[in-house]
Amino acid sequence: MNTPDPARWRGPSPRWLLLVPALALLAAILLLPLGQSLFRSVGQGDWTLDHYARLFTDGVTLRVLARTAVTAAVVTVIAFALGYPYAYVMTRVGPRMRGVLLVIVLIPFWTSVMARNFAWIVILQREGPVHSFFRLFGLDVVLYGSVAGVTVAMSQVLLPFMVLPLFSALSGIDRRLLLAARGLGSHPLVAFWKIYWPLSRGGVVAGLILVFTLSLGFYVTPALLGSPKESLVAQLLGQRTTQLLDFAGAGALGMLVLVVTLVLVAWANRFGGTISAIGVVAAAPVKDRT
Amino acid sequence: MRAPRRSLRRDRGVDPVPWWQKIFVAVVGLYFILPTLFVIPMSFSTASTFQFPPRGFSLKLYENFFTNQVWLTSLRNSVLVALLAALLATVAGTAAALGLHRLTGRMARFARTLLMVSIVTPAIVLAVAVYISFLKWHLVGTVTGYVLAHAAIGVPFVLVSVTSALGGFDPRLLRASASLGAPPFRTFLRVTMPLISRGILTGAIFAFVTSFDEVVIALFLRAPGFQTLPVQMYNSVTVEIDPTIAASSSLVVTAVTAVCLVLQFVGRRRKS
Repeated sequence: MNTPDPARWRGPSPRWLLLVPALALLAAILLLPLGQSLFRSVGQGDWTLDHYARLFTDGVTLRVLARTAVTAAVVTVIAFALGYPYAYVMTRVGPRMRGVLLVIVLIPFWTSVMARNFAWIVILQREGPVHSFFRLFGLDVVLYGSVAGVTVAMSQVLLPFMVLPLFSALSGIDRRLLLAARGLGSHPLVAFWKIYWPLSRGGVVAGLILVFTLSLGFYVTPALLGSPKESLVAQLLGQRTTQLLDFAGAGALGMLVLVVTLVLVAWANRFGGTISAIGVVAAAPVKDRT
Repeated sequence: MRAPRRSLRRDRGVDPVPWWQKIFVAVVGLYFILPTLFVIPMSFSTASTFQFPPRGFSLKLYENFFTNQVWLTSLRNSVLVALLAALLATVAGTAAALGLHRLTGRMARFARTLLMVSIVTPAIVLAVAVYISFLKWHLVGTVTGYVLAHAAIGVPFVLVSVTSALGGFDPRLLRASASLGAPPFRTFLRVTMPLISRGILTGAIFAFVTSFDEVVIALFLRAPGFQTLPVQMYNSVTVEIDPTIAASSSLVVTAVTAVCLVLQFVGRRRKS
Protein backbone atom coordinates (compact mmCIF):
# COMPACT_ATOMS: atom_id res chain seq x y z
CA MET A 1 0.00 0.00 0.00
CA ASN A 2 1.30 3.44 -0.74
CA THR A 3 0.60 6.38 1.51
CA PRO A 4 -2.34 8.63 0.63
CA ASP A 5 -1.33 11.54 -1.54
CA PRO A 6 -2.74 14.69 0.02
CA ALA A 7 -2.85 16.41 -3.33
CA ARG A 8 -4.95 13.70 -4.87
CA TRP A 9 -7.18 12.84 -1.95
CA ARG A 10 -10.86 13.16 -2.87
CA GLY A 11 -14.02 12.92 -0.84
CA PRO A 12 -14.61 13.96 2.77
CA SER A 13 -11.07 14.35 3.98
CA PRO A 14 -9.47 15.63 7.17
CA ARG A 15 -8.17 18.53 5.08
CA TRP A 16 -11.51 20.22 5.51
CA LEU A 17 -10.83 20.29 9.25
CA LEU A 18 -8.08 22.82 8.50
CA LEU A 19 -10.81 25.26 7.48
CA VAL A 20 -12.58 25.05 10.83
CA PRO A 21 -10.71 27.81 12.72
CA ALA A 22 -11.03 30.37 9.92
CA LEU A 23 -14.67 29.53 9.21
CA ALA A 24 -15.54 29.58 12.92
CA LEU A 25 -13.95 33.02 13.32
CA LEU A 26 -15.73 34.26 10.23
CA ALA A 27 -19.06 32.85 11.36
CA ALA A 28 -18.79 34.40 14.82
CA ILE A 29 -17.51 37.83 13.84
CA LEU A 30 -18.91 38.37 10.38
CA LEU A 31 -21.84 36.13 9.54
CA LEU A 32 -23.55 35.99 12.93
CA PRO A 33 -23.54 39.78 13.58
CA LEU A 34 -24.60 40.51 10.01
CA GLY A 35 -27.27 37.82 10.25
CA GLN A 36 -28.56 39.26 13.51
CA SER A 37 -28.54 42.67 11.90
CA LEU A 38 -30.63 41.36 9.01
CA PHE A 39 -32.99 39.64 11.47
CA ARG A 40 -33.50 42.87 13.42
CA SER A 41 -34.14 44.81 10.23
CA VAL A 42 -37.10 42.59 9.35
CA GLY A 43 -38.78 42.94 12.74
CA GLN A 44 -37.15 40.20 14.89
CA GLY A 45 -39.59 37.51 13.79
CA ASP A 46 -42.60 39.74 13.21
CA TRP A 47 -41.66 39.81 9.54
CA THR A 48 -42.15 43.36 8.46
CA LEU A 49 -40.47 45.51 5.85
CA ASP A 50 -41.40 48.73 7.69
CA HIS A 51 -37.78 49.54 8.53
CA TYR A 52 -36.89 49.36 4.85
CA ALA A 53 -39.93 51.39 3.86
CA ARG A 54 -38.93 54.00 6.43
CA LEU A 55 -35.58 54.48 4.67
CA PHE A 56 -37.42 55.81 1.65
CA THR A 57 -40.07 57.82 3.46
CA ASP A 58 -38.27 59.49 6.38
CA GLY A 59 -37.01 62.27 4.11
CA VAL A 60 -33.46 62.15 5.50
CA THR A 61 -32.10 58.81 4.32
CA LEU A 62 -32.90 59.33 0.65
CA ARG A 63 -31.22 62.73 0.64
CA VAL A 64 -28.12 61.29 2.33
CA LEU A 65 -28.07 58.34 -0.07
CA ALA A 66 -28.29 60.70 -3.04
CA ARG A 67 -25.48 62.88 -1.63
CA THR A 68 -23.34 59.78 -1.05
CA ALA A 69 -23.93 58.54 -4.60
CA VAL A 70 -23.07 61.96 -6.08
CA THR A 71 -19.92 62.23 -3.94
CA ALA A 72 -18.86 58.70 -4.94
CA ALA A 73 -19.48 59.55 -8.60
CA VAL A 74 -17.36 62.73 -8.40
CA VAL A 75 -14.55 60.84 -6.62
CA THR A 76 -14.71 58.19 -9.34
CA VAL A 77 -14.51 60.78 -12.14
CA ILE A 78 -11.54 62.53 -10.49
CA ALA A 79 -9.76 59.22 -9.91
CA PHE A 80 -10.34 58.27 -13.53
CA ALA A 81 -9.21 61.63 -14.94
CA LEU A 82 -5.98 61.47 -12.94
CA GLY A 83 -5.51 57.70 -12.92
CA TYR A 84 -5.85 56.91 -16.64
CA PRO A 85 -3.03 59.18 -17.84
CA TYR A 86 -0.89 58.08 -14.88
CA ALA A 87 -1.38 54.38 -15.69
CA TYR A 88 -0.80 55.14 -19.38
CA VAL A 89 2.54 56.82 -18.70
CA MET A 90 3.48 53.93 -16.39
CA THR A 91 3.28 51.60 -19.38
CA ARG A 92 5.49 53.91 -21.43
CA VAL A 93 8.51 54.59 -19.20
CA GLY A 94 11.54 52.39 -18.55
CA PRO A 95 11.50 49.67 -15.90
CA ARG A 96 13.26 51.73 -13.22
CA MET A 97 10.95 54.73 -13.58
CA ARG A 98 7.98 52.33 -13.62
CA GLY A 99 9.14 50.94 -10.27
CA VAL A 100 9.30 54.45 -8.83
CA LEU A 101 5.81 55.31 -10.12
CA LEU A 102 4.45 52.06 -8.68
CA VAL A 103 5.91 52.77 -5.22
CA ILE A 104 4.31 56.24 -5.35
CA VAL A 105 0.94 54.62 -6.17
CA LEU A 106 1.28 52.32 -3.17
CA ILE A 107 2.11 55.13 -0.72
CA PRO A 108 -1.55 55.93 0.09
CA PHE A 109 -1.88 52.23 1.05
CA TRP A 110 1.01 52.54 3.47
CA THR A 111 0.02 55.80 5.09
CA SER A 112 -1.88 55.24 8.32
CA VAL A 113 -5.58 56.17 8.16
CA MET A 114 -5.50 58.61 11.04
CA ALA A 115 -2.18 60.13 9.97
CA ARG A 116 -3.54 60.72 6.48
CA ASN A 117 -6.80 62.25 7.67
CA PHE A 118 -4.93 64.42 10.14
CA ALA A 119 -2.71 65.65 7.32
CA TRP A 120 -5.79 66.52 5.24
CA ILE A 121 -7.20 68.51 8.16
CA VAL A 122 -3.94 70.48 8.28
CA ILE A 123 -3.91 71.01 4.52
CA LEU A 124 -7.56 71.98 4.11
CA GLN A 125 -8.23 73.89 7.36
CA ARG A 126 -9.01 77.61 7.62
CA GLU A 127 -5.69 79.55 7.33
CA GLY A 128 -4.16 76.32 5.98
CA PRO A 129 -2.09 76.02 2.77
CA VAL A 130 -5.05 75.50 0.43
CA HIS A 131 -7.01 78.39 1.94
CA SER A 132 -3.95 80.65 1.66
CA PHE A 133 -3.45 79.55 -1.93
CA PHE A 134 -7.00 80.47 -2.89
CA ARG A 135 -6.65 83.83 -1.13
CA LEU A 136 -3.80 84.73 -3.48
CA PHE A 137 -6.52 84.96 -6.08
CA GLY A 138 -8.89 86.80 -3.77
CA LEU A 139 -11.07 83.75 -3.17
CA ASP A 140 -12.22 82.78 0.32
CA VAL A 141 -12.52 79.02 -0.11
CA VAL A 142 -12.24 76.69 2.88
CA LEU A 143 -12.52 73.04 1.85
CA TYR A 144 -12.41 71.75 5.43
CA GLY A 145 -15.91 71.00 6.67
CA SER A 146 -17.40 70.53 3.20
CA VAL A 147 -18.19 67.68 0.85
CA ALA A 148 -15.59 69.15 -1.53
CA GLY A 149 -12.85 68.61 1.06
CA VAL A 150 -14.05 65.06 1.67
CA THR A 151 -13.95 64.46 -2.09
CA VAL A 152 -10.35 65.67 -2.40
CA ALA A 153 -9.18 63.42 0.45
CA MET A 154 -11.14 60.38 -0.75
CA SER A 155 -9.89 60.68 -4.33
CA GLN A 156 -6.31 60.60 -3.12
CA VAL A 157 -6.65 57.37 -1.18
CA LEU A 158 -8.81 55.65 -3.83
CA LEU A 159 -6.58 56.52 -6.79
CA PRO A 160 -4.52 53.31 -6.41
CA PHE A 161 -7.70 51.27 -6.95
CA MET A 162 -8.10 53.05 -10.28
CA VAL A 163 -4.45 53.02 -11.34
CA LEU A 164 -3.67 49.36 -10.61
CA PRO A 165 -6.44 47.66 -12.65
CA LEU A 166 -5.86 50.23 -15.41
CA PHE A 167 -2.12 49.57 -15.43
CA SER A 168 -2.71 45.84 -15.72
CA ALA A 169 -5.15 46.40 -18.60
CA LEU A 170 -3.03 49.00 -20.43
CA SER A 171 0.23 47.06 -20.20
CA GLY A 172 -1.44 44.24 -22.15
CA ILE A 173 -2.11 46.47 -25.16
CA ASP A 174 0.24 46.16 -28.12
CA ARG A 175 1.34 49.68 -28.99
CA ARG A 176 2.35 48.60 -32.48
CA LEU A 177 -1.37 48.70 -33.30
CA LEU A 178 -1.18 52.49 -32.84
CA LEU A 179 1.87 52.72 -35.07
CA ALA A 180 0.04 50.65 -37.68
CA ALA A 181 -2.98 52.97 -37.52
CA ARG A 182 -0.76 56.02 -37.92
CA GLY A 183 1.11 54.37 -40.74
CA LEU A 184 -2.24 53.99 -42.48
CA GLY A 185 -2.75 57.73 -42.19
CA SER A 186 -4.77 58.06 -39.01
CA HIS A 187 -4.45 61.10 -36.76
CA PRO A 188 -2.87 60.13 -33.36
CA LEU A 189 -6.03 61.12 -31.44
CA VAL A 190 -8.24 59.12 -33.80
CA ALA A 191 -5.91 56.14 -33.50
CA PHE A 192 -6.11 56.42 -29.71
CA TRP A 193 -9.88 56.68 -29.70
CA LYS A 194 -10.56 53.90 -32.20
CA ILE A 195 -7.87 51.40 -31.13
CA TYR A 196 -6.32 52.03 -27.73
CA TRP A 197 -9.41 53.16 -25.81
CA PRO A 198 -11.64 50.15 -26.75
CA LEU A 199 -8.84 47.76 -25.76
CA SER A 200 -8.51 49.42 -22.36
CA ARG A 201 -12.22 49.41 -21.59
CA GLY A 202 -12.20 46.28 -19.37
CA GLY A 203 -9.72 47.86 -16.95
CA VAL A 204 -11.60 51.15 -17.10
CA VAL A 205 -14.92 49.58 -16.11
CA ALA A 206 -13.27 47.56 -13.33
CA GLY A 207 -11.54 50.65 -11.92
CA LEU A 208 -14.67 52.80 -12.13
CA ILE A 209 -16.87 50.27 -10.32
CA LEU A 210 -14.22 49.54 -7.72
CA VAL A 211 -13.60 53.18 -6.79
CA PHE A 212 -17.31 54.00 -6.77
CA THR A 213 -18.08 51.01 -4.54
CA LEU A 214 -15.31 51.73 -2.06
CA SER A 215 -16.39 55.39 -1.88
CA LEU A 216 -19.83 54.38 -0.62
CA GLY A 217 -18.51 52.99 2.67
CA PHE A 218 -16.13 55.79 3.80
CA TYR A 219 -16.67 56.71 7.43
CA VAL A 220 -13.61 58.37 9.01
CA THR A 221 -12.84 60.81 6.20
CA PRO A 222 -16.35 62.35 6.00
CA ALA A 223 -16.64 62.30 9.79
CA LEU A 224 -13.41 64.27 10.23
CA LEU A 225 -13.30 66.47 7.12
CA GLY A 226 -16.97 66.86 6.29
CA SER A 227 -19.81 68.52 8.12
CA PRO A 228 -22.59 66.91 10.16
CA LYS A 229 -25.04 68.94 8.09
CA GLU A 230 -23.88 67.20 4.94
CA SER A 231 -23.36 63.68 6.24
CA LEU A 232 -22.79 60.64 4.04
CA VAL A 233 -24.45 57.26 4.47
CA ALA A 234 -21.73 55.78 6.72
CA GLN A 235 -22.13 58.65 9.20
CA LEU A 236 -25.89 58.20 9.17
CA LEU A 237 -25.39 54.51 9.91
CA GLY A 238 -23.08 55.25 12.83
CA GLN A 239 -25.39 57.95 14.18
CA ARG A 240 -28.46 55.69 14.03
CA THR A 241 -26.57 53.05 15.97
CA THR A 242 -24.78 54.96 18.72
CA GLN A 243 -26.90 58.09 19.15
CA LEU A 244 -30.45 57.13 18.18
CA LEU A 245 -30.10 53.47 19.26
CA ASP A 246 -32.34 52.66 16.28
CA PHE A 247 -30.78 49.21 15.77
CA ALA A 248 -33.52 48.00 13.42
CA GLY A 249 -33.27 51.08 11.22
CA ALA A 250 -29.48 50.88 11.23
CA GLY A 251 -29.77 47.20 10.30
CA ALA A 252 -31.97 47.99 7.30
CA LEU A 253 -29.66 50.77 6.12
CA GLY A 254 -26.59 48.58 6.65
CA MET A 255 -28.13 45.74 4.64
CA LEU A 256 -28.94 48.14 1.81
CA VAL A 257 -25.33 49.40 1.69
CA LEU A 258 -23.96 45.86 1.94
CA VAL A 259 -26.16 44.49 -0.85
CA VAL A 260 -25.35 47.39 -3.19
CA THR A 261 -21.63 46.91 -2.45
CA LEU A 262 -21.65 43.16 -3.04
CA VAL A 263 -23.64 43.47 -6.27
CA LEU A 264 -21.24 46.10 -7.60
CA VAL A 265 -18.17 44.07 -6.59
CA ALA A 266 -19.58 40.96 -8.26
CA TRP A 267 -20.18 43.08 -11.37
CA ALA A 268 -16.63 44.48 -11.33
CA ASN A 269 -15.40 40.92 -10.94
CA ARG A 270 -16.78 40.10 -14.37
CA PHE A 271 -14.31 42.57 -15.83
CA GLY A 272 -11.43 40.91 -14.01
CA GLY A 273 -10.73 43.98 -11.96
CA THR A 274 -11.55 43.09 -8.42
CA ILE A 275 -9.60 39.91 -8.05
CA SER A 276 -6.36 41.51 -9.18
CA ALA A 277 -7.09 44.60 -7.10
CA ILE A 278 -7.75 42.45 -4.06
CA GLY A 279 -4.49 40.68 -4.75
CA VAL A 280 -2.83 44.08 -4.64
CA VAL A 281 -4.70 44.94 -1.48
CA ALA A 282 -3.22 41.84 0.04
CA ALA A 283 0.18 42.68 -1.32
CA ALA A 284 0.08 46.05 0.38
CA PRO A 285 -2.07 46.60 3.42
CA VAL A 286 -4.90 48.90 2.54
CA LYS A 287 -5.83 51.07 5.36
CA ASP A 288 -8.84 53.06 4.68
CA ARG A 289 -11.87 51.30 3.54
CA THR A 290 -13.29 53.72 6.01
CA MET B 1 19.06 39.30 -24.53
CA ARG B 2 20.45 42.21 -26.47
CA ALA B 3 17.94 42.36 -29.26
CA PRO B 4 14.77 43.14 -27.24
CA ARG B 5 16.57 45.82 -25.25
CA ARG B 6 17.70 47.55 -28.39
CA SER B 7 14.21 47.50 -29.86
CA LEU B 8 12.82 48.95 -26.62
CA ARG B 9 15.28 51.80 -26.76
CA ARG B 10 14.45 52.47 -30.38
CA ASP B 11 10.75 52.44 -29.51
CA ARG B 12 11.29 55.10 -26.93
CA GLY B 13 13.39 57.15 -29.30
CA VAL B 14 10.67 57.16 -31.97
CA ASP B 15 7.79 57.53 -29.56
CA PRO B 16 8.92 59.31 -26.39
CA VAL B 17 6.70 60.39 -23.48
CA PRO B 18 5.82 64.04 -24.21
CA TRP B 19 6.85 66.67 -21.62
CA TRP B 20 3.28 67.62 -20.72
CA GLN B 21 2.52 64.02 -19.81
CA LYS B 22 5.61 63.95 -17.59
CA ILE B 23 4.44 67.10 -15.79
CA PHE B 24 0.95 65.67 -15.38
CA VAL B 25 2.34 62.48 -13.85
CA ALA B 26 4.60 64.46 -11.51
CA VAL B 27 1.60 66.47 -10.28
CA VAL B 28 -0.53 63.35 -9.74
CA GLY B 29 2.42 61.69 -7.98
CA LEU B 30 2.67 64.70 -5.68
CA TYR B 31 -1.03 64.33 -4.87
CA PHE B 32 -0.38 60.68 -3.89
CA ILE B 33 2.32 61.61 -1.39
CA LEU B 34 0.96 65.01 -0.28
CA PRO B 35 -0.41 63.97 3.15
CA THR B 36 2.79 62.11 4.03
CA LEU B 37 4.79 65.26 3.26
CA PHE B 38 2.79 67.28 5.80
CA VAL B 39 2.84 64.85 8.71
CA ILE B 40 6.52 64.92 9.61
CA PRO B 41 7.13 68.72 9.68
CA MET B 42 3.99 69.12 11.80
CA SER B 43 5.42 66.80 14.45
CA PHE B 44 8.24 69.23 15.32
CA SER B 45 5.95 72.21 15.87
CA THR B 46 5.79 74.13 19.11
CA ALA B 47 2.28 75.42 18.47
CA SER B 48 -0.67 74.15 20.49
CA THR B 49 -2.91 74.10 17.40
CA PHE B 50 -2.76 72.42 13.99
CA GLN B 51 -1.45 75.58 12.30
CA PHE B 52 0.62 75.26 9.15
CA PRO B 53 3.41 76.11 8.51
CA PRO B 54 4.41 74.76 11.95
CA ARG B 55 5.92 77.24 14.39
CA GLY B 56 9.41 76.76 15.81
CA PHE B 57 11.23 73.48 16.17
CA SER B 58 11.09 71.19 19.16
CA LEU B 59 10.62 67.62 20.26
CA LYS B 60 7.85 68.69 22.62
CA LEU B 61 5.16 66.64 20.88
CA TYR B 62 7.29 63.49 20.95
CA GLU B 63 8.03 64.11 24.62
CA ASN B 64 4.32 64.50 25.22
CA PHE B 65 3.56 61.28 23.37
CA PHE B 66 6.05 59.23 25.39
CA THR B 67 5.18 60.73 28.78
CA ASN B 68 1.41 61.14 28.60
CA GLN B 69 -0.31 58.13 30.16
CA VAL B 70 -3.32 58.27 27.81
CA TRP B 71 -1.18 58.09 24.66
CA LEU B 72 1.13 55.44 26.08
CA THR B 73 -1.72 53.22 27.25
CA SER B 74 -3.40 53.50 23.85
CA LEU B 75 -0.14 52.55 22.12
CA ARG B 76 0.32 49.57 24.44
CA ASN B 77 -3.29 48.45 23.84
CA SER B 78 -2.83 48.71 20.08
CA VAL B 79 0.34 46.63 20.11
CA LEU B 80 -1.27 44.01 22.34
CA VAL B 81 -4.43 43.75 20.22
CA ALA B 82 -2.47 43.71 16.95
CA LEU B 83 -0.09 40.99 18.15
CA LEU B 84 -2.87 38.69 19.36
CA ALA B 85 -5.09 39.40 16.34
CA ALA B 86 -2.20 38.75 13.94
CA LEU B 87 -1.36 35.50 15.73
CA LEU B 88 -4.95 34.26 15.55
CA ALA B 89 -5.41 35.39 11.94
CA THR B 90 -2.12 33.78 10.90
CA VAL B 91 -2.93 30.40 12.43
CA ALA B 92 -6.49 30.35 11.08
CA GLY B 93 -5.53 31.79 7.68
CA THR B 94 -2.55 29.47 7.14
CA ALA B 95 -4.59 26.41 8.09
CA ALA B 96 -7.34 27.50 5.71
CA ALA B 97 -4.89 28.10 2.86
CA LEU B 98 -3.39 24.63 3.35
CA GLY B 99 -6.87 23.11 3.53
CA LEU B 100 -7.98 24.81 0.33
CA HIS B 101 -4.73 24.28 -1.57
CA ARG B 102 -5.43 22.71 -4.97
CA LEU B 103 -9.08 22.11 -4.21
CA THR B 104 -11.17 23.19 -7.16
CA GLY B 105 -14.67 21.92 -6.39
CA ARG B 106 -17.70 24.13 -5.93
CA MET B 107 -17.51 23.82 -2.13
CA ALA B 108 -13.88 24.93 -2.13
CA ARG B 109 -14.67 27.90 -4.34
CA PHE B 110 -17.54 28.84 -2.05
CA ALA B 111 -15.36 28.56 1.06
CA ARG B 112 -12.66 30.72 -0.55
CA THR B 113 -15.16 33.43 -1.51
CA LEU B 114 -16.68 33.32 1.96
CA LEU B 115 -13.28 33.78 3.58
CA MET B 116 -12.56 36.80 1.35
CA VAL B 117 -15.90 38.50 1.96
CA SER B 118 -14.69 40.71 4.81
CA ILE B 119 -12.31 42.44 2.41
CA VAL B 120 -15.17 43.92 0.38
CA THR B 121 -17.61 44.46 3.25
CA PRO B 122 -17.70 48.18 4.06
CA ALA B 123 -15.97 48.65 7.42
CA ILE B 124 -18.84 50.73 8.79
CA VAL B 125 -21.45 48.04 8.05
CA LEU B 126 -19.32 45.44 9.79
CA ALA B 127 -18.51 47.79 12.68
CA VAL B 128 -22.16 48.56 13.38
CA ALA B 129 -23.24 44.91 13.22
CA VAL B 130 -20.32 43.75 15.37
CA TYR B 131 -20.95 46.54 17.89
CA ILE B 132 -24.61 45.59 18.44
CA SER B 133 -23.84 41.87 18.73
CA PHE B 134 -20.86 42.51 21.03
CA LEU B 135 -23.07 44.63 23.30
CA LYS B 136 -25.12 41.51 23.94
CA TRP B 137 -22.08 39.28 24.31
CA HIS B 138 -20.36 41.78 26.67
CA LEU B 139 -17.36 42.09 24.38
CA VAL B 140 -17.43 45.87 23.80
CA GLY B 141 -14.34 47.51 25.28
CA THR B 142 -12.58 44.20 25.95
CA VAL B 143 -9.30 42.88 24.58
CA THR B 144 -11.10 39.70 23.48
CA GLY B 145 -13.61 41.72 21.47
CA TYR B 146 -10.94 43.77 19.71
CA VAL B 147 -8.77 40.71 19.02
CA LEU B 148 -11.64 38.63 17.57
CA ALA B 149 -12.88 41.44 15.33
CA HIS B 150 -9.41 42.35 14.08
CA ALA B 151 -8.42 38.70 13.56
CA ALA B 152 -11.53 38.21 11.39
CA ILE B 153 -10.54 41.06 9.07
CA GLY B 154 -6.90 39.87 9.04
CA VAL B 155 -7.65 36.33 7.80
CA PRO B 156 -8.08 37.25 4.09
CA PHE B 157 -4.62 38.85 3.96
CA VAL B 158 -2.98 35.72 5.39
CA LEU B 159 -5.06 33.49 3.12
CA VAL B 160 -3.98 35.39 -0.01
CA SER B 161 -0.28 35.55 0.83
CA VAL B 162 -0.01 31.92 1.97
CA THR B 163 -2.01 30.73 -1.05
CA SER B 164 0.36 32.56 -3.36
CA ALA B 165 3.37 31.08 -1.53
CA LEU B 166 1.83 27.62 -1.97
CA GLY B 167 1.62 28.28 -5.72
CA GLY B 168 5.24 27.30 -6.17
CA PHE B 169 5.01 24.37 -3.80
CA ASP B 170 5.65 20.89 -5.19
CA PRO B 171 3.16 18.43 -3.62
CA ARG B 172 5.47 15.50 -4.43
CA LEU B 173 7.59 16.68 -1.51
CA LEU B 174 4.74 15.68 0.81
CA ARG B 175 4.70 12.20 -0.65
CA ALA B 176 8.48 12.00 -0.39
CA SER B 177 8.34 13.01 3.24
CA ALA B 178 5.52 10.56 4.00
CA SER B 179 7.31 7.73 2.24
CA LEU B 180 10.32 8.38 4.47
CA GLY B 181 8.05 7.78 7.45
CA ALA B 182 7.24 11.30 8.65
CA PRO B 183 3.76 11.76 10.14
CA PRO B 184 1.71 14.62 8.58
CA PHE B 185 2.38 17.16 11.33
CA ARG B 186 6.13 16.53 11.21
CA THR B 187 5.97 16.92 7.43
CA PHE B 188 4.24 20.26 7.89
CA LEU B 189 6.85 21.51 10.37
CA ARG B 190 9.91 20.27 8.50
CA VAL B 191 8.89 20.50 4.84
CA THR B 192 5.86 22.67 4.16
CA MET B 193 6.41 25.42 6.69
CA PRO B 194 10.01 26.34 5.76
CA LEU B 195 8.98 26.52 2.11
CA ILE B 196 6.02 28.83 2.68
CA SER B 197 7.49 30.73 5.64
CA ARG B 198 7.78 33.95 3.66
CA GLY B 199 4.10 33.80 2.74
CA ILE B 200 3.17 33.19 6.37
CA LEU B 201 5.40 36.03 7.59
CA THR B 202 4.04 38.46 4.97
CA GLY B 203 0.48 37.53 5.90
CA ALA B 204 1.22 37.92 9.62
CA ILE B 205 2.71 41.38 9.10
CA PHE B 206 -0.25 42.50 7.00
CA ALA B 207 -2.64 41.20 9.64
CA PHE B 208 -0.67 43.07 12.32
CA VAL B 209 -0.62 46.35 10.41
CA THR B 210 -4.30 46.03 9.47
CA SER B 211 -5.24 45.63 13.12
CA PHE B 212 -2.80 48.26 14.38
CA ASP B 213 -4.22 50.85 12.02
CA GLU B 214 -7.89 49.82 12.09
CA VAL B 215 -10.07 52.67 13.27
CA VAL B 216 -13.72 52.18 12.31
CA ILE B 217 -14.46 49.00 14.28
CA ALA B 218 -12.16 50.26 17.04
CA LEU B 219 -14.24 53.44 17.36
CA PHE B 220 -17.36 51.40 17.99
CA LEU B 221 -15.74 48.92 20.38
CA ARG B 222 -14.02 51.59 22.51
CA ALA B 223 -14.87 51.96 26.16
CA PRO B 224 -13.59 54.50 28.70
CA GLY B 225 -11.28 51.82 30.09
CA PHE B 226 -9.93 50.50 26.80
CA GLN B 227 -9.12 52.19 23.51
CA THR B 228 -6.47 51.79 20.82
CA LEU B 229 -4.04 54.30 19.38
CA PRO B 230 -6.09 55.19 16.25
CA VAL B 231 -9.06 55.89 18.53
CA GLN B 232 -6.94 58.19 20.71
CA MET B 233 -5.75 59.92 17.52
CA TYR B 234 -9.39 60.32 16.48
CA ASN B 235 -10.20 61.84 19.87
CA SER B 236 -7.28 64.22 19.58
CA VAL B 237 -8.74 65.86 16.46
CA THR B 238 -12.41 65.71 17.45
CA VAL B 239 -12.70 66.11 21.22
CA GLU B 240 -9.40 67.65 22.32
CA ILE B 241 -7.39 69.71 19.85
CA ASP B 242 -4.15 67.96 20.74
CA PRO B 243 -1.22 68.35 18.30
CA THR B 244 0.43 65.28 19.86
CA ILE B 245 -1.34 63.46 17.03
CA ALA B 246 1.36 64.85 14.72
CA ALA B 247 4.08 63.01 16.65
CA SER B 248 1.96 59.87 16.80
CA SER B 249 1.24 60.08 13.06
CA SER B 250 4.85 60.47 12.03
CA LEU B 251 5.90 57.60 14.31
CA VAL B 252 3.24 55.32 12.82
CA VAL B 253 3.98 56.36 9.23
CA THR B 254 7.73 55.86 9.73
CA ALA B 255 7.26 52.46 11.40
CA VAL B 256 4.85 51.15 8.75
CA THR B 257 7.02 52.41 5.89
CA ALA B 258 10.08 50.78 7.46
CA VAL B 259 8.24 47.47 7.81
CA CYS B 260 7.05 47.59 4.17
CA LEU B 261 10.54 48.43 2.88
CA VAL B 262 12.11 45.63 4.93
CA LEU B 263 9.47 43.26 3.60
CA GLN B 264 10.23 44.29 0.01
CA PHE B 265 13.96 43.95 0.61
CA VAL B 266 13.66 40.53 2.28
CA GLY B 267 11.34 39.39 -0.49
CA ARG B 268 13.74 40.41 -3.21
CA ARG B 269 16.78 38.88 -1.56
CA ARG B 270 15.04 35.55 -1.04
CA LYS B 271 13.88 35.42 -4.62
CA SER B 272 17.26 36.08 -6.18
